[in-house]
Formats: sequence, C-alpha cells, structure tokens
Amino acid sequence: MRVLALAGRRLAASLPTLLLILVGMFLLLQLAPGDTVDALMAQMGGGDAALAQELRRFYGLDLSVAERLGRYLLRLVTLDLGFSAIYGKPVATVILERLPATLLLMVAALSFAFFLGLVLGVLAARRVNRWPDTLISTLGLLFYATPSFWFGLMAIVLFSVHLQWFPAGGFYEVGSGLTGLALTLDIAMHLVLPTLTLGLIFLAIYLRIMRASMLEVLSLDFVRTARAKGLTETRIVTRHVLRNAMLPMVTLIGLQAGTMLGGSVVVETVFALPGLGRLAYESVVQRDLNTLLGIVFVSALLVIAINFLVDLLYAKLDPRIVSGG
Amino acid sequence: MRALKAFFRSPPAIIGLLLVLAVVVMGLVAPVLYPNDPLGLAGRPLQWPGANPRFPLGTDPSGRDIAAQLFHGARISLLIGFVATSIAVAIGILVGALAGFYGGVTDTVLMRVTEAFQTLPNFLLLLVLVAVFGSTLEVVTVAIGLVSWPPVARLTRAEFLSLRTREFVHAARIQGLPDWHLIFREVLPNALPPVIVYASVVMAVAILLESSLAFLQLSDPNVPSWGNLIGLGRSVLRTEWYVSAIPGVAILLSILGVSLLGQGLNDALNPRLAPR
Repeated sequence: MRVLALAGRRLAASLPTLLLILVGMFLLLQLAPGDTVDALMAQMGGGDAALAQELRRFYGLDLSVAERLGRYLLRLVTLDLGFSAIYGKPVATVILERLPATLLLMVAALSFAFFLGLVLGVLAARRVNRWPDTLISTLGLLFYATPSFWFGLMAIVLFSVHLQWFPAGGFYEVGSGLTGLALTLDIAMHLVLPTLTLGLIFLAIYLRIMRASMLEVLSLDFVRTARAKGLTETRIVTRHVLRNAMLPMVTLIGLQAGTMLGGSVVVETVFALPGLGRLAYESVVQRDLNTLLGIVFVSALLVIAINFLVDLLYAKLDPRIVSGG
Repeated sequence: MRALKAFFRSPPAIIGLLLVLAVVVMGLVAPVLYPNDPLGLAGRPLQWPGANPRFPLGTDPSGRDIAAQLFHGARISLLIGFVATSIAVAIGILVGALAGFYGGVTDTVLMRVTEAFQTLPNFLLLLVLVAVFGSTLEVVTVAIGLVSWPPVARLTRAEFLSLRTREFVHAARIQGLPDWHLIFREVLPNALPPVIVYASVVMAVAILLESSLAFLQLSDPNVPSWGNLIGLGRSVLRTEWYVSAIPGVAILLSILGVSLLGQGLNDALNPRLAPR
C-alpha cells in the first residue's frame, strides 16, 4: 500500500509537467503555417473565403489563442482530442487504432533488450577483461553505433529477400483470413525483425549498464560474506548480486521510454507497421496538426505511465525505498 | 599530461580518435576530390561499386556518384553534429547552472521544464519542430540542439549542487564578487570536464537524429546527407542494396568514433581510474 502511495505521489507530480507540455505544444503549433481549415479546403479542392470563414467558426478557429487553448485543455479532460480532417475521424479513434501495434512492438523490444542485456552483462562481468567480456563489450559498442533504420533495411535484405525467413513488412498477412493461434503466430513472425531493430541500441545500453553494475555490486562486502559462507558462485550471482545489480537497469527503462517511442517512428516506417510512430510521420507529411498534437499527448501519457510502473517495480526490488531508509 | 598519456595508452581511444579524424579529413578533402555538385547527375544510374572505375562506390537511382555524396555528407554530418551539440551544451549548461546555483523556486521551475522535455519523446518533438518551421538545414540543426539539452542540464546541475557549497565559492562570495562571476568564473570551470565528456554522447545522438530525419526525407533535401541517401536506396533495396548499405557504414563508423573518443576522454580524465 505504501508502495502505491509513493508511486502515486510521483504520478501526481508529473501532472504539471504534462500541462507544461500541452500548453507548449499548443502554442508551438500556432506558429505553423496553415491550420486545419486550410488542410481541409486543400483536400476538398479549394473553396471561397466565405466557406473558409464558415468552417473556421465551426471548428472554433476564429477565437483568440488563449480562448482556444482553454477550450482545448477542457476538451482534453474528457479525452476528446479533436477531429482529424485528413482521416475524417476523431483523433482519439485514429490513435486508438494505431496504439496496439506500437505497444506490442515496444513491449517486445524492451523485453528482448532487457533480458538479453541482463544475460550478456552478467556473462561479461563474470569473465571481466577476458575474451568473452571483450567480445560482448565490442558487440555492445557496435550495436550502440548502428543506426536502427539502416540495421532494419539490412535485416530486410538478408532475412526477407535472401533467406526469406521473415516477412519484410506489415503487421500481419493481409487477406489470409487467419484467426486465433495462426494469426498470433503470423503477427509474431512479422514482429521479429522490427523488435530486433528497435531493441538493438537498448540492448547495447543495457548490457553495458548491467556489466558495470554487476562489477560494482560484486565488490561489496555482503558478497564477500556470501563467499565466506561457502556459497557457490552461481548461487551468489543469482540470489545475492542480481537483484541489487538490476536497480540501475530498471531506472533506465523509465528514462529510455521516450527514446524508445521516438525510435518506433523510424522502425515502424521501415517495416510499414500501422503504429503510433508511423502515424506521427504521416501526420507531419500531411500537415495533420490535430493528430500530431494528439500523438504528443498520448506519448507523454505513455511515458508517464511507464515511469509509474517503473516506480512500482523499483520499490518491489528495493524495499528500502518504501521504508525511507 | 597524465591524462594525455592515459588517453594514448588506451587502444579504443586511439581507434576513436582515428575514426573521427578520418571523417574530418573526408569532409576537408571533399571539395578538392569532388569539386562538382555531389547532387548533380554523374553517370548511368545504379552502377554497382567497382563496375565502373569512375565510380568506385557506384551510382544511386538518380545517377549520382555515391562516393561524392559520401565525402560531402561527412561535412554535413559534422557540421550539424557540431553546431547542434554546441547549442545543446550551451542551453544545458545555462539551465543546469542557474538551477543548481540558485536552488529553490528557480531550481523547481527549471527542472519542471527539463522534465517536460524529457517526458516528450525527443524524436517526436523534432518532428513537430520540423513540421512547424520547415526542414531547411538551419532549422534542422537548431531543432536537434533544442531537443538534446536536458541530460546536459541535469549533469551540470548535479555538479553545481556539489560545488556551490565548497570553500572556494564561499571565499569568492565574501570578496563581494557578483553572482555571474561566481557561476561562470568560479564554479563552471570546475563543473566543466564531465560536461565536455558528455558532449560526445550528445554529438553521437545528434548525428543519429539528423540521419534518421534525412532517412524519412524530412531533412533538407538540398544538401548531401548520408541518411538521405539511405532513404533513397529504399526503393531499390531488393536488388541494389549497396545504395543504402554504404552510407550506413559511414554513419556507424562516425558514431563509433565519437563514442570511443568520448569514452577514452572520460577514462583519461577520471582520476579514480588513474594508476596508483
């Protein structure tokens, strides 16, 4: 219960941040050339000034900036994100349609990066400065420097075009009529390459942090005590060191949540995944500013939610945080 | 001197330095080796590397010389990386220094703003900035700087928090020196080394952000950029994959060089790692 209260306080503290983002973004988008009505009229193939004025009044665009900002924030409270002139649907609907693919991709990439990074980091720390460590650390450096979109393209060339192991893009086989388990498997196959692509840089970061953190914890007194008790090295690592060494990794999940969402813009574009990131890219190209603003809002909510979960997990791993000791 | 020696004893640091120097030299000799417009028509499109001795790295789908774009692209990557990093470090130092030095309300307000920037995915903010202000080279560079400063601010603030109560700061304050003197002449020089080392991370991220943006064709189309070329290669990926592959290697090696260099500097400047 105290864990929840603590995490809840952190959650409440992020409300002013959210407000700051929304007001900042709203004002920033006022500077954009052209508004929704311009985009709409361009789609209709033009129209006269009277119609434009009529439409502006209809969308409330004839009011002052301050009034529109107030209305926008009020509507947000009811989760009304406005209307997308390009897609012809409410922005909230458009975003909800695109959210599952992004969430699935993020969870998959995060799990891949976290667990492989954990294992590789432990392996490197156990063999510090010998060849497994050198190999793993070098791989980490290379992964860190690899641009994800380039890695994705090369993975398509190798695994989709030449080896034909995985599909080159899309979320599932359109028109195959698959259901149930077969559909799940199909989606999983489509997500393998995007997951590797998005997770690569995070794998590099996690394995480096895990290695450093393991080395630090291994040098602490309680590990010497455990050794003196005659515990095996494996037991020391799994029961005593791992839990402590994982703390910085968990912190990193929260810090990197935004970066990962940003990375999904590029990865979803490479693999033609119908996700939030690709939607962001499309709304920039199509100048659909309402949708863009909605995506910013949802992304910020997502980052805050992830940090809330990280706080809970953190308190679970380290009881000292809750007891304030 | 000790730091310099430590730096040159570490093979990864030397590799990093050599990689960065190689990119700098590429940028410097580009106008000499390829005096013509790298975005101009050079020959038959899609010639494989090595097929025509005039184009050692082949030509792209529009018949432009890939090697020329690679050399000129080095200038753009370095320029954007360097200027954007300078902007990010300047904003970060200013915000972090004020927050850390004054504390209280100033600190709370500035850190809230920093948090807001960190909660927003920085690539998304970059997209918004480009959507609003257009995608000229100047806008892209400034925008990358604007989304990259929060970690620098946090680092500077942490340094200031631990330094501002030291004796030498008190001594300077008692002499009646103004705040700006305390901040910029007394505390900042001591807080600077870790920030400068961190700048290498900012630079690596800046190069990556620019190439991602160019890959999506949202960066300046009138300058030769590595990311741009990778994006153009997508249409012929299944057969002429070398168009995308070659500039990607250039980005990889530049980022690798910058990170190794930064890590080498960090290890060399960190007194805890000095041989006792």
